Amino acid sequence: MSSSRGDHVIEVAGLGKQYRLGQLPAEHLRDRIVEGVQAAVRAVSRSTGPVSVPTVWALRDVSFSVARGEVVGIVGGNGAGKSTLLKVLSRITAPTEGRAEIRGRVGSLLEVGTGFHPDLTGRENVLLNGAILGMTRAEILRKFDAIVEFAEVARFIDTPVKYYSSGMYVRLAFAVAAHLEPEILIVDEVLAVGDARFQAKCLGKLDEVARGGRTVLFVSHNMAAVQRLCTRALLLDQGRIVCTGEPRTVVSRYLSGEGRIRYVAALIGDAPQVVEAEVVDVHGHPAPRPRITEPIVVRMQVHLPAGSAGTRLGIGVLGADGVQVFTTNLDDVGLRLPAGPGTVRADVTIPADTLLTGDYHVATCVWNDLDILDLQEPALSFSTDPGASALYQRSTDRKGLVHVACAWSVEPRA
Amino acid sequence: MTTASTPVTVITPSGNGATWREVWAYRELLAFTVWRDLRVRYRQTALGAAWAIIQPFTTMVVFSLFFGRLAGMPSDGVPYPVFSYAGLVPWTYFASAVSQGANSLVGSQNLLAKVYFPRIIVPLAAIVVPLVDAGVALLMLAVVMAWYGVAPGIAVIWLPAFAALAVLASAAASVWLSALSVRYRDVRFVLPFLIQFWLFVTPVAYPSSLVPDEWRWLYALNPMATVIDGVRWGLVGTPPPTLAMIAASSLAVTVTLALGLRYFRRMERVFADVL
Repeated sequence: MSSSRGDHVIEVAGLGKQYRLGQLPAEHLRDRIVEGVQAAVRAVSRSTGPVSVPTVWALRDVSFSVARGEVVGIVGGNGAGKSTLLKVLSRITAPTEGRAEIRGRVGSLLEVGTGFHPDLTGRENVLLNGAILGMTRAEILRKFDAIVEFAEVARFIDTPVKYYSSGMYVRLAFAVAAHLEPEILIVDEVLAVGDARFQAKCLGKLDEVARGGRTVLFVSHNMAAVQRLCTRALLLDQGRIVCTGEPRTVVSRYLSGEGRIRYVAALIGDAPQVVEAEVVDVHGHPAPRPRITEPIVVRMQVHLPAGSAGTRLGIGVLGADGVQVFTTNLDDVGLRLPAGPGTVRADVTIPADTLLTGDYHVATCVWNDLDILDLQEPALSFSTDPGASALYQRSTDRKGLVHVACAWSVEPRA
Repeated sequence: MTTASTPVTVITPSGNGATWREVWAYRELLAFTVWRDLRVRYRQTALGAAWAIIQPFTTMVVFSLFFGRLAGMPSDGVPYPVFSYAGLVPWTYFASAVSQGANSLVGSQNLLAKVYFPRIIVPLAAIVVPLVDAGVALLMLAVVMAWYGVAPGIAVIWLPAFAALAVLASAAASVWLSALSVRYRDVRFVLPFLIQFWLFVTPVAYPSSLVPDEWRWLYALNPMATVIDGVRWGLVGTPPPTLAMIAASSLAVTVTLALGLRYFRRMERVFADVL
């Protein structure tokens, strides 16, 4: 690796991270003893090799470099290795092989609000969280007013954060992180917080950081944000880099790679989660190429553990290039998910004559007031069939992404 | 950034442990962590900081009744309650520092999985916090001593040295136990037993003069024996720990701490994976 190429602040060469599979992370002493005995027995009976533990490479042969001032978006499906990459680069975990060199102070933002203590006041938490993120006391005090103003919690700054609304909590947490001024910022999904107005504000802040000449590594499921913010994108799949280049190209490559009308996910942890999603017709039959003349149903199986009251569910329909066409939530129709435990089936029916001919993606999202719990973007991808649609009888080329039934009237001019 | 040279971080499979320079750079985090723990320590408790006194004080009462009064335990010429309370103050510090230190990493696993900072800060903060309790309990000792008319002599100037030894002994135990507990959750179950056992081999309820002279050095491989003899010597004027005891304890602490830090550094890189 030539480290002489002047302006590269991140250089990654052959990075790999292997995890052991199917084992509880923390071992018990007894297992160690049993292993020891087994090893001794093997040594005596001269059998060869250690017991092979099933392993998985979460990251493999990853090499890239980032120049100063670049904003690099990292995209890929769940389990593609995005988070592992960020964890290795922010030194939370060591790689199994390879090497990375980072020039400059790194600030990483893998989860907003980490280290907040519910019993401490907003002011105290700002100080503490700043220190955790690597700011000095002087630095935090200097930025304190700006942080509080950004978070819009000035009135409650001396109230313990356990009395905060979830929105306030998240705003304050993001504000601290956003005022970190490292040379290299590593960000994982922070844009998923708060209401739409605050999200826009967060995006703006990130934009400002990027334009300030700092380097940003940015993992997101929000394809529009990646295209808007990033100067370059990197697509990961099963731990390897598939392609890297212009965000537009990489995003469409990512989205096109995933033509599937059925999505099945393994349960990860014990949070509410979409475990299955598929595109079906009104009769519940799989619809590999749904007709736009009929309603198109997105059917989801949602796992709800005990105590998951207040869980919300929604989908977003995206165009071929990842632009959100529309979103629809269970809240919109005044319905709520039950509190669990159990699995529920949720059907979303997209009315007939809404989508046009073309490629669409469906993102599924499960969240609560605090956090995004499960976001799949996209979970499903499909191409529609015009069938005998009246929309295409006069012309085969329609602009736009959806059809909206508008009223027209033509009258002679008075 | 005002730094003239940009720091270069090299990430490799083997070399990710925090350097001491880095730990120093994060010293404010250590201060903040201690401060946080102190702020929340007695929140929502009815008796608050009084707990720092209640624990050693009630133990002293029980010890005085059973060992002092009923068993007639010798106490090197000072009233037994003064004798035992002077031993209980450093002991209570050590016991709570070690149990909090040992559980500290597992207790902050959420943080460790999300943010990088030198992990050693976590057990270090955990052993600093109970020092404040020890300070409060020490005030109560002054009251007990005044009650029995016992005054400290000139040897009190050595008190900081023995306090430092107590902190280093707690650090050695905490560094080992916290790093071990990440991988082996057994530590959580061993701990109460270990601390109870340790109490018996430490001269809290009895004087170390009960141990034959020629075995004193071996006894002092438990550094808390020297700490407690030293603290008692400084505060209530019992005989000082022998030089052999001081040497044995210092050696034991130095070796255990050095090996512990090495083990910690080796494990540090994978904490996030196994937690």
